[in-house]
Amino acid sequence: MEITLNWYLTLSALLFTMGVLGFLFRRNAIVMLMCVELMLNSVNITLVALSQAMGDTAGQILVFFVMSVAAAEAAVGLALVIAIFRNKLTIDVTQFNLFKY
Amino acid sequence: MTASILFFVLASVAIAAALGMLISRNPVNSALWLILNLFCVAGLYLTVNAEFIAVIQILVYAGAIMVLFLFVIMLLNLSELPDLKRIEWRRVIAFFLGMGLLAMLMFVVASSLDMLPDPVSLEAAAESGSATTLAKVLFTRYAMPLEVIGVLLLAATIGAVVIAKRKPV
Repeated sequence: MEITLNWYLTLSALLFTMGVLGFLFRRNAIVMLMCVELMLNSVNITLVALSQAMGDTAGQILVFFVMSVAAAEAAVGLALVIAIFRNKLTIDVTQFNLFKY
Repeated sequence: MTASILFFVLASVAIAAALGMLISRNPVNSALWLILNLFCVAGLYLTVNAEFIAVIQILVYAGAIMVLFLFVIMLLNLSELPDLKRIEWRRVIAFFLGMGLLAMLMFVVASSLDMLPDPVSLEAAAESGSATTLAKVLFTRYAMPLEVIGVLLLAATIGAVVIAKRKPV
């Protein structure tokens, strides 16, 4: 069977949905950040597959930038998790209500 | 034929690893599953001849970002979160939202079948995925965004240090 662009797009859609589901399901803040990484990664699959199918480098340059932003996001996100853990001694997101009242 | 077998193996391992990440209770196991997923995605990049992105994927994602995640998990000395006794309506709603999103994405993929571009030749794809080609574009046409990304990373580094620093309360 010939592997076409659709297979890559379908795989990307599946992985993105799993990232969204994990982000909504899990209560651990670090695992939620990992699910964001999974979502960014699935978008990268789409960009690379389309870029290679069209022979256009712009998509892969965009993937390069997405990875840089993902690294920055992970660094700042984990720093926030450490700061919250220091105050509340938990990273269960259902326990945070700092802005509720 | 070998290319399609390779795709199916890598894709199924990637999906299985993502599932493992979602359902494992220990955050360290989640991180290790995600690393397996990232390696499989790097392999998928190789199947479309995007060598440069595949190498960067392993170096940056599996190498740097996931080490940062594991480091923070170990630093916080976490125990597993206790089970919830009651039914969480949040999860039920989340499940239906997720299935709706999947249906929507699949509809878009299925309805755009005849609009997809004709694939270029294998040689052209290999050329557009090589580090030489990408470096030429990155340092000429996209030089300005590259500099901006450098500033963004610097800002993120300083921000992370400031946020995680112990404050006198």
